[in-house]
Amino acid sequence: MKPPSELDTAPPPEVMTDNPVVGIDQTAGNFSYNVDYEFDAGTGLTERTVDYISSVKKEAPWIREFRMNALKTFQSKPMPTHWATRDLENINFDKIRYYLSSGQKPKRTWDEVPDDIKKTFERLGIPEQERKFLAGVEAQFDSEAAYSNIKEIVAKQGVIFANSTEALREHPEIFRKFFGKVIPTGDNKFSALNSAVFSGGSFIYVPKGVKVAQPLQAYFRINAENFGQFERTLIICDEGSEVVYMEGCTAPKFSTSTLHSAVVELVALKGAKIQYITVQNWANNVFNLVTKRGVAHEEAEIKWIDCNIGSRLTMKYPGVVLRGRKARGEVLSIALANDGQHQDTGAKMIHAADETTSNIIAKSISVGQGRSTYRGVVHIPKHLKGCKNNTECDALLINTNSRTDTYPAITVRGDANSVQHEASVSKVSAEQIFYMQQRGLTEAQAMSLSVNGFINDLARQFPMEYSVELKRLIDLEMEGSVG
Amino acid sequence: MSQLEIKDLHIAIGEKEIVKGFNLTIRQGEVHAIMGPNGTGKSTLAKAIAGHPDYTITSGDVLIDGRSILALEPDERARAGIFLAFQYPSEIPGVSIANFLRGAVQARLAEGDELDATAYYKRLYSKMDLLKIDRKFTSRSVNDGFSGGEKKRCEILQMAMLEPLFSLMDETDSGLDIDALRIVADGVNAMRGPKLGILLITHYQRLLDYIVPDQVHVMWDGRIVKSGDKSLALELESKGYDWVKTELVHA
Repeated sequence: MKPPSELDTAPPPEVMTDNPVVGIDQTAGNFSYNVDYEFDAGTGLTERTVDYISSVKKEAPWIREFRMNALKTFQSKPMPTHWATRDLENINFDKIRYYLSSGQKPKRTWDEVPDDIKKTFERLGIPEQERKFLAGVEAQFDSEAAYSNIKEIVAKQGVIFANSTEALREHPEIFRKFFGKVIPTGDNKFSALNSAVFSGGSFIYVPKGVKVAQPLQAYFRINAENFGQFERTLIICDEGSEVVYMEGCTAPKFSTSTLHSAVVELVALKGAKIQYITVQNWANNVFNLVTKRGVAHEEAEIKWIDCNIGSRLTMKYPGVVLRGRKARGEVLSIALANDGQHQDTGAKMIHAADETTSNIIAKSISVGQGRSTYRGVVHIPKHLKGCKNNTECDALLINTNSRTDTYPAITVRGDANSVQHEASVSKVSAEQIFYMQQRGLTEAQAMSLSVNGFINDLARQFPMEYSVELKRLIDLEMEGSVG
Repeated sequence: MSQLEIKDLHIAIGEKEIVKGFNLTIRQGEVHAIMGPNGTGKSTLAKAIAGHPDYTITSGDVLIDGRSILALEPDERARAGIFLAFQYPSEIPGVSIANFLRGAVQARLAEGDELDATAYYKRLYSKMDLLKIDRKFTSRSVNDGFSGGEKKRCEILQMAMLEPLFSLMDETDSGLDIDALRIVADGVNAMRGPKLGILLITHYQRLLDYIVPDQVHVMWDGRIVKSGDKSLALELESKGYDWVKTELVHA
């Protein structure tokens, strides 16, 4: 492990005052309440930390062993700085708190949730959204879910919606069968870290043929300083079933950095459909290093809609392994990198059966000194027939010092498959802004309209409530960013 | 009745002076045509009045009803009643004409006032009918992939919806074939009336066959060198710009 580093803070203040955008962003999530945590694993990561987590959760021996092995893998793996940004070296694993909670059992009604935690979620509008349009909600506060509820009508169909702590206790047979199979511990350094200390996250099982009509939602909230959140999500859609899952994330802005490192595994069995929507608006001192992957069996469909607005550094490349014939995978990605932010996002499509199709559409916006990076992997081996991939990645630069990079890696062997790749970089021109201003829009309105236009075709695919939220977030982020 | 006064206006791009003492007053209801060869400062005049950041007004003034607009931002000038029909309108991908115009109309309401969407669409459709524009047109992104004629039509529709006091039409006829020219001219003629003052900038006399101006001004080297009625345009057409150079400038 690395020694403490002086750089273990958000970007230096002089960078942040240069651009008026910084300081008004993440306003919605930038607050915190003092919470007394009953369970605290302390600072730093050793076998004792892992032991502590496993003990308070009263876990079975196999899972404790799984965690311990993962810890060894994490410690033995180097940081991936041979290809990724060196900013990763600023994460100080010794200064992070790995487990904080007020209990391991979530409440079923908001009335039972402790006031200080309830206040947080009310301020973020979660109970209201639940009433309006959700089939179920899980609200995670630091390490554990504070609230978890599923509408009775959905539960009666046999749908399981729980957090990982509960699911391990109550549904061990199904959990164990799929857990860690899509993303093995050693997939990367951060999947190993998550496997060692994971806590919270959703577990969903949708039985054969059940189509969950409304989305299930999880909300991930970091409240404590120097904290690491490591939720683990596993969604299994049995044959012919369908589910839409949405997650939102916020954290207050602390002076020190925070780590969020989740692992999300999806399994879509024959003919099943999973849609996974993320709107990430972490404060801009959060390292957001997430591994997300799904396996799509025959005629199944997995769609990731991934929207990254917050964080200091995000590294996330949702993937689909197209294992069964005619499986379909899709990643729609929107990233907004403001001053002091690096959105390193993309997609992976691994074709492993005939007639599988995949589609990647990635749009990024870089503002000020913000940096966005697209990395994509498309793999179609030689023996397959009738596979198709379409990749489009478009970058929009707002200022002359904004930066974007694109690293597509497409491997298509054999001659019975087809692939299409398009990439573009554009800039909002002064001429375009003047044109809109001439029609009576202010400079800020013109900039927002232009950016919203850029992502419009993707934003339209979001559920209504989320696309309104997305537009609002972008308007906020763009305010005063011209120049 | 409102009036737009341009008083002894001098405009520079960087260090280079382009417009050198331009004077003109336009009242609502009047149509003025400005003709002149390329590079004489016609487009510079229109863009500078609209507040384009590349142009510096070094002296002189532009006033609406006696109040100078030069300290205003481009969007404030627009809301004060200035419309510029661009020679080369910008494309705004992903933003439909209907939404764009809605934003522009909303921007003209008092703070806190919400646009009445039903009334907005009713008005939009009536203007489109007036200009013989297909209903599908406004769901397309602003100027994105438009032909020259479509771009100009989009400008005319915006002008009709925003109901400016004064419209500066910059080389509206450039790049148009005869059919498109006629459509655009019909649109302008349909909007012509006591509430709109028009400054029509053109290189060729051709446009004036369709939009008959009240006054014609010949511009040369940054200022007006001769004014007259529509017959001046015909005279200019038959004698050419050399006539301006030899007879008018050195007269």
